[in-house]
Amino acid sequence: MQTLYLAIIILALLAIVFGAILGFAAIRFKVDGDPIVDQIDNLLPQTQCGQCGHPGCKPYAQAIASGEAINRCPPGGEATIKALADLLDVEAIPLDAEHGAEAVRTIAYIREDECIGCTKCIQACPVDAILGAAKQMHTVIVDECTGCDLCVEPCPVDCIDMLPIEVTPASWHWRQPEDIIATSKQPLNVGGSSHG
Amino acid sequence: MVEYLLILVSTVLVNNFVLVQFLGLCPFMGVSSKLETAMGMSLATTFVLTLASLCSYLTYTYLLVPFGLEFLQTISFILVIAFVVQFTEMVVHKTSPLLHKVLGIFLPLITTNCAVLGVALLNIKKSNGFVESILYGLGAAIGFSLVLILFAAMRERITVADVPAPFKGAAIAMISAGIMSLAFMGFTGLVAI
Repeated sequence: MQTLYLAIIILALLAIVFGAILGFAAIRFKVDGDPIVDQIDNLLPQTQCGQCGHPGCKPYAQAIASGEAINRCPPGGEATIKALADLLDVEAIPLDAEHGAEAVRTIAYIREDECIGCTKCIQACPVDAILGAAKQMHTVIVDECTGCDLCVEPCPVDCIDMLPIEVTPASWHWRQPEDIIATSKQPLNVGGSSHG
Repeated sequence: MVEYLLILVSTVLVNNFVLVQFLGLCPFMGVSSKLETAMGMSLATTFVLTLASLCSYLTYTYLLVPFGLEFLQTISFILVIAFVVQFTEMVVHKTSPLLHKVLGIFLPLITTNCAVLGVALLNIKKSNGFVESILYGLGAAIGFSLVLILFAAMRERITVADVPAPFKGAAIAMISAGIMSLAFMGFTGLVAI
């Protein structure tokens, strides 16, 4: 009889101890989502341009996490590939030319007197950086534009240019033509005054 | 030293867990259709089998024997193995996402495998010591990995081969497994155990 009680106690003890440790571990070693995907996503340029063949940066991050090549992000270029290679501890490889060449960072610029107000570029913009309404002139919010080129294609009158911008913030501000590129900070008077 | 080497050779080749003792047949048939998954499974199995034989030996020697509860070995081994693997999986998931990607789903899968419990119970039956237990587990795992990877490679070639219609799919896999098992019987007598 004593053996029976002993057996029950020992088994119960084992189960309780193991259960407690597992319960503690579930809290202590909690993993929010898939951390590697978030880390990869942080390194990508967030242009959401889709040149890698995925619908955005996050899906590409997931694809990298499950083994896709790290060299399919033209907007990120060499710098992103190097950062990804460091994170994932793999060899840095040159940019895959199939997915586009690395370009100088550009932003979209709408030649406002040619704009017919069709709103097609607004629908194409993945980051909502284009401001405008039907039959009204559109403009690009420079701070929001990621330079992804996606608005150029749908424009029926080809009035969108991709202008290269300087890398250092200081010179970029110095070169910004005040009366050409409108932003949300100077919304209305720009288009009207310079182009009539 | 020679004794340890003998344990390894005997578990890997002569008493191969899958093809001679017929333990762990489920992953052997289930995960062998692709070489890549077979390798992931092999890694996870090596890890779990070695860990399981270590933990079950400690549980048996320091918990069950002192209280005279040897008859509880099966149920307590199940508890211990499930706990250790689950715990390791959590820690690996947190600390090394890349290793977790490799072992990933295979760790929980192999936990409840009969080969794992078989190793633990056979260790006790053979009254193996501490080092012998670990080596026995490791040898069993290497033997399992060996035949799993060999078999996966064979199945990959079989899928592109011209198999007669009645033998397509699982049938030809069973037949090749049987022939492989026959081949491994040939190792009997390699070492005396």
